Amino acid sequence: MAHIELPDPDAKIVARRDAIVAELKALVGEAIVVGDDDGRRAYETDALTAYRRMPLAVVLPRSTEEVSRVLRYCHEKGIKVVPRGAGTSLCGGALPAEDSIVVCISKMSRVLELDYESRFARVEAGITNLAISGAVGERGFFYAPDPSSQLACTLAGNLAMNSGGAHCLKYGVTTNNVLGLRMVLITGEVVDIGGAHLDADGYDMLGLIVGSEGQFGIITEATVRIIKSAEGARPMLLGFDSSQAAGRCVSAIIASGIIPVAIEFMDKPAIEVCESFAHAGYPLDVEALLIVEVEGSEAEITGLLDHIKDIAVQNGAGKVLISDGPIQSAKIWKGRKSAFGAIGRISDYYCMDGTIPLSRLPEVLVAISSICERHRLKVANIFHAGDGNLHPLILYNANDPDESERAELAGAEILTLCVEVGGCLTGEHGVGIEKRDLMRVQFSDTDLALQMRIKTAFDPQWLLNPSKVFPLESAASIDKAA
Amino acid sequence: MNEALRPAADWELASMIAGFASRNQPIEIVGNRTKARVGRPMQTAATITTQSMRGIRLYEPTELVMSAQTGTPLAQIEAELAGNGQMLAFEPIDLGPATGGNAGQQSIGGVFASNLSGSRRVVAGAARDHLLGIKGVNGRAEVFKSGGRVMKNVTGYDLARGVAGSWGTLAVMTEVTFKVLPWPETATTLVYPGLPDDIAVELLCAAMGTPFEVSGTAHITAGLVRRLSNISLAAPGRPLTAVRIEHFAGSVAYRKERLADALKAYGAPIELDYNETQNFWGELRQLRIVADLSTCLWRISTAPRNGPKVVEAITRHVSAANAYYDWSGGLVWIEVPASADAGSSDIRRAIAVHGGHATLIRAEPQVRASIDVFQPQTPTLERLTRGLKSAFDPQGILNPGRMYAGV
Repeated sequence: MAHIELPDPDAKIVARRDAIVAELKALVGEAIVVGDDDGRRAYETDALTAYRRMPLAVVLPRSTEEVSRVLRYCHEKGIKVVPRGAGTSLCGGALPAEDSIVVCISKMSRVLELDYESRFARVEAGITNLAISGAVGERGFFYAPDPSSQLACTLAGNLAMNSGGAHCLKYGVTTNNVLGLRMVLITGEVVDIGGAHLDADGYDMLGLIVGSEGQFGIITEATVRIIKSAEGARPMLLGFDSSQAAGRCVSAIIASGIIPVAIEFMDKPAIEVCESFAHAGYPLDVEALLIVEVEGSEAEITGLLDHIKDIAVQNGAGKVLISDGPIQSAKIWKGRKSAFGAIGRISDYYCMDGTIPLSRLPEVLVAISSICERHRLKVANIFHAGDGNLHPLILYNANDPDESERAELAGAEILTLCVEVGGCLTGEHGVGIEKRDLMRVQFSDTDLALQMRIKTAFDPQWLLNPSKVFPLESAASIDKAA
Repeated sequence: MNEALRPAADWELASMIAGFASRNQPIEIVGNRTKARVGRPMQTAATITTQSMRGIRLYEPTELVMSAQTGTPLAQIEAELAGNGQMLAFEPIDLGPATGGNAGQQSIGGVFASNLSGSRRVVAGAARDHLLGIKGVNGRAEVFKSGGRVMKNVTGYDLARGVAGSWGTLAVMTEVTFKVLPWPETATTLVYPGLPDDIAVELLCAAMGTPFEVSGTAHITAGLVRRLSNISLAAPGRPLTAVRIEHFAGSVAYRKERLADALKAYGAPIELDYNETQNFWGELRQLRIVADLSTCLWRISTAPRNGPKVVEAITRHVSAANAYYDWSGGLVWIEVPASADAGSSDIRRAIAVHGGHATLIRAEPQVRASIDVFQPQTPTLERLTRGLKSAFDPQGILNPGRMYAGV
């Protein structure tokens, strides 16, 4: 799996590597500049491990000021910059290049201010997602977006990709939970946007920056909303003998006026792997499983789960299992949240992230099966059913070039299908390099040109996270000095 | 003013804009004109309205999604949603009565172009948080789209959010696709009378800090409270601090008791039933308590616990100012006596000290022409603003200068 084109590095920059490393060290100190081969190798890929490139150098800044100095230097010298958080991107969003400097802000992880009255946390952007909830948990608050990688992934990465998670059906994704940002532009200028108040003034720069995949600037601080946790939460498992029945049940739950915190779907192959990993009590004799979680007081939870149980039984749920307590609830979520890792133990996989209108779910699942069958590949389906965000995991052998190529072809067909039924290429992982060349499936040249002009407004020379998001030939067509 | 041009489709709109662009003529962009008096006055060669682009294009109640052409009246959309027990959860603000017009006139395009969200914003998010996708025409007369109809979408930059709240200065939206949510089964409101502003906001923040998903948190100062139509609330003339709970009936009953218990230090609340609750928050949504047209009206967003400090800083200099707080103190609607600068210097100074931003919503055109209507920006942010404007509308022909001079 390696047929995504990566541009040739700028030989003149690469030839100056030693001098550039020395200049960076003089600029911000030796301690935070990584120039040796072993050190750089730790940054040569992200969670899309099929692609690897040794960066020119890595800088690990400790302050906004240091980020500013490095970017100003890169701007003056015309050196490309790849921003990085924890490197958990599944789409190659943090993949470096031989002529690029990685600026990794994982050292900037302090909590700067907590305000429970106005309900915000101001943090450095290198903090991990889970650490924000950890910092406010003892007061019963949490930070809502919860990507499966939340133990490792940084807020900076979440902001770059507009990350979601299982619980965003109720609480929204990253963009819905950010109040303010401090960002360093490629010129080294520091700009503050928004603050501790709702709905920042002027154009929605926050909304544009969140999800811009590190192409507008490097975010060093953020003010995020914190929310009081519900009194309690409990999941239930609903087993069905067909994916179609499970899909109908999701629609029926939502039509009843209940918005659960999460509705997660797994098909049989996914159930088997996750159950053998987490021993969560998932039924093994069903074709499709829903995990539905509701929140509230004990009485509210019981009432809602009973109501959902009735709906599920009417829609053909053969198995209904309500969690009997916190230990089982934790196991149920452990199985789901470690699903990618559990599948990774038995096979290499290629994780898709398309989103579809829920009503098209049955036909899309049939089509995914037939696409993978045609390419002689197995697939396990896991997804956020409440919002139609699919994660088909295409299983393949990374050491087999033919199989790798078939996996990429099958993935592209699945994503094209998602767009054709009214959905999109990526619901929460981002475009990165992985889906870059499929952007024309979803967007016209006019749509892409408009997005690229906005990129140019933030980064006129296109130095920040280059070769991502836009097809290379589209990016080449825009007048970057404009 | 000339008769407005009324394109019926995006291609027709694009050809009109192309014509004005070729002559480098600026255009005023409007929907139903309910917000036409907001912003800096503009000099334009013509007006284009979205009124003839109307109709609901898609409604899937089980997917919580609707698409409509931007000229569609909000009233039509809300009626259609109500028929399926659903709503726009962000409670779009209706500027009609507070700016000298009628209530219930705005178009769905105007709702998203202004991004003015009501009381439920604290729990449900802003208008732009519900906007999933747009189609529109930019200042280069290009038809474009962004986003789509699905709930989660990070494919490319989120231009839909960017255009939301841009007051027609970046592009003319022709179709919007947005998220809808179920109407709560029932609702109630606890009203605490007689609290001073700082204690009231303390109460509201405490209510937001409970797990009971409070969906409205407002404080009406004594100077405005008599404008409420609920006589028993209005007549005593005391300030009122209101907390709304919405959910299934059993949950509302339970949460109301728990919340009252958590807030018992603030006194015994008056309880509003479902109809009284709908009426009370409905009047706030229409800004009927700040609709004294002889005054100027500002909208301020700040950190919730700074709301009373901002108001205190303003009233120290402008004693006749009257405030209504929402968003647990973070949103302040404040009426100030009409004057040449509408109290701008005092208000801007208060914001500079306490953070946030202020927008002048109601004032005579000559006032709006002479002061900053929207929050002034730092030079770097202003450059990004100009860059964004240029990416959409390089000749600056769409609602030019409405938000900022030269943008």
